[in-house]
Amino acid sequence: MASTERTTVTARPAPQRPTPTGRRRAAKAATLVGLVLGALFAGLPILWMLSSSFKTNTEIFQNPPELLTAGFSLDAYVSILTDPTKVRFFVNSYIVAGAVTVLTLLVAVMAAYAFSRFEFRGKSVVNVVIISVQAVPPITLLIPYFGLVVTLKLYNTYPGLILTYMVFTLPYAIIMMTGYFNTLPRELDEAVRVDGAGSWTALWRILVPIAVPGIVSVGIYTFMIAWNEYIFALTLTRTEDMRTVPIGIQLLMGQHSYEWNEMMAMSILGSIPVLVLFVFFQRYFLGGLTSGSVKS
Amino acid sequence: MAALTHRPRPGTDPDVGAGPGGPAGNHTQPLKRRAEPYLFVSPVVVLLAALMAVPIVLVLGYSLMDNVITNKNPEFVGLANYVEVLTDPGFATAVRNTLVFTLASVAAHLVLGLAFAMLLNSPYVGRFGLAFFRVVYVLPWLFTVAIIAVLWRLLLDPDGVVNWLLGLVGAPGQIEWLSSPELALPAVTFINIWAGYPFFMISLLAGLQGIPGDLHEAAKVDGAGVLARFRHVTLPQLRPIIISMALLDLIWTSQQFALIWMTTGGGPVDVTEMLSTYTYKLAFSRYEFSLASTSAVLVLVLSMALAFFYVRHQRARD
Repeated sequence: MASTERTTVTARPAPQRPTPTGRRRAAKAATLVGLVLGALFAGLPILWMLSSSFKTNTEIFQNPPELLTAGFSLDAYVSILTDPTKVRFFVNSYIVAGAVTVLTLLVAVMAAYAFSRFEFRGKSVVNVVIISVQAVPPITLLIPYFGLVVTLKLYNTYPGLILTYMVFTLPYAIIMMTGYFNTLPRELDEAVRVDGAGSWTALWRILVPIAVPGIVSVGIYTFMIAWNEYIFALTLTRTEDMRTVPIGIQLLMGQHSYEWNEMMAMSILGSIPVLVLFVFFQRYFLGGLTSGSVKS
Repeated sequence: MAALTHRPRPGTDPDVGAGPGGPAGNHTQPLKRRAEPYLFVSPVVVLLAALMAVPIVLVLGYSLMDNVITNKNPEFVGLANYVEVLTDPGFATAVRNTLVFTLASVAAHLVLGLAFAMLLNSPYVGRFGLAFFRVVYVLPWLFTVAIIAVLWRLLLDPDGVVNWLLGLVGAPGQIEWLSSPELALPAVTFINIWAGYPFFMISLLAGLQGIPGDLHEAAKVDGAGVLARFRHVTLPQLRPIIISMALLDLIWTSQQFALIWMTTGGGPVDVTEMLSTYTYKLAFSRYEFSLASTSAVLVLVLSMALAFFYVRHQRARD
């Protein structure tokens, strides 16, 4: 109340200016209400997914709906995890996303090193190409990929998916990785290079070990893109034993009756890798993601 | 040694336009040293040539042929496919739906993303509270589109929980969100909004945290109210981020396929048909690969036009 006099010039005359503490309290209340409403908007659908995965199919549509029901059970999870066909979806997703992540990181670290530490002719051209590749629609590539993959006998195989996924993962990985390398002092690796050890050693022995946080966040992002990919997986594989999780969920939906509890359980199981990665590496991840868009 | 196709000519100065000028004394470096960056970028150049340049040339070629893939000896037909696609009413519908879906999604992503980012940047809530809310707000973004599609089919089921909630406030009951011709497009747009705002939010939050506190303080001392500070300090500071995010989102949303495919499949009839689903059906339901390629090329042109602005904006910032 007895705080400093601050003249507030507003367009409209404030009939009764609230005291600073009163205004603070009002702002705080408004913020809290906003935060809670936002959390309901974002979280309720997810909560419903979780809750439905523990229900029987009839309980999902009971009226009025309940979050926890008498029929609470893990049956939906058990039936997915004991069905070899469905487990295979997960195995496929892990193999494909894992391979894409490793290969992308290898290629991206090398390219980012060149972009961050060297000036060379054609650099800006390659740079523009990499940025614009992000904008090429998957649907445009899908038709020629389908033709190529069939011709090269890669249709319905892991390499077919792994190779084609890299076209999406590489641009981000290189842009994020270059941004990260740029934040590390050049002197570190240049000293080694001048000593005659060569840039190969400078990259893998000096730069890569200190760039681990950046590499982790790029790796997570790459894994997420590959884990979530849908349209290529849908088109470039055919048999059930080659399908990945997103397509597997769709296959569940297509079957004679809708087993909603199983679909929700599979959705939860299918999201666990990404959720776990996110929770453990949240700080790295959000930092790495935004370092490209925020200039310090 | 494949990288030496870009061989730097020894003894010549770097060309104008070859990037921001090499360090002084570049031409005294041994050849091996100057070949190095090319060796490091060669894997990505080879991969992008194989995975990007070749397919684009192929799809351009397909679009000029009479029927590819299904026919062993396709004939060159010039622009006939383009005439056919561009005069197809189905294509016009797809363009219109894509436009509505994309513009509404991007606008809502921006507004929601900014609102949530500002809530999360609030000085009134403790660190742990904010960390909790931040995780909750990011949640929709951590689930893949296939899962989001299935989840919302359950929520928006005529007997589902959304209709039950709306019933509490007096809505008429079993609304067919995804299969009614009037509601399907708004419904899929809403799902896309829900799924996509966190990406804006994350970047805008980082942007907000990057605004120097003294800017706000200075504005406060000058007597600027909350709204004035938002308009004259916050928005201008976030402008570069907002523009890049909006352009990226325009590009991605206009290419959205999985969400539509798994919720409405473009239906009922064609009210949610997007350019992506239209193209996909041409290729993999009707096996008209040439027409599909033509449509795919048109989608590419649209995306490249947006990418042009994006690249120009990114380079202006660097």
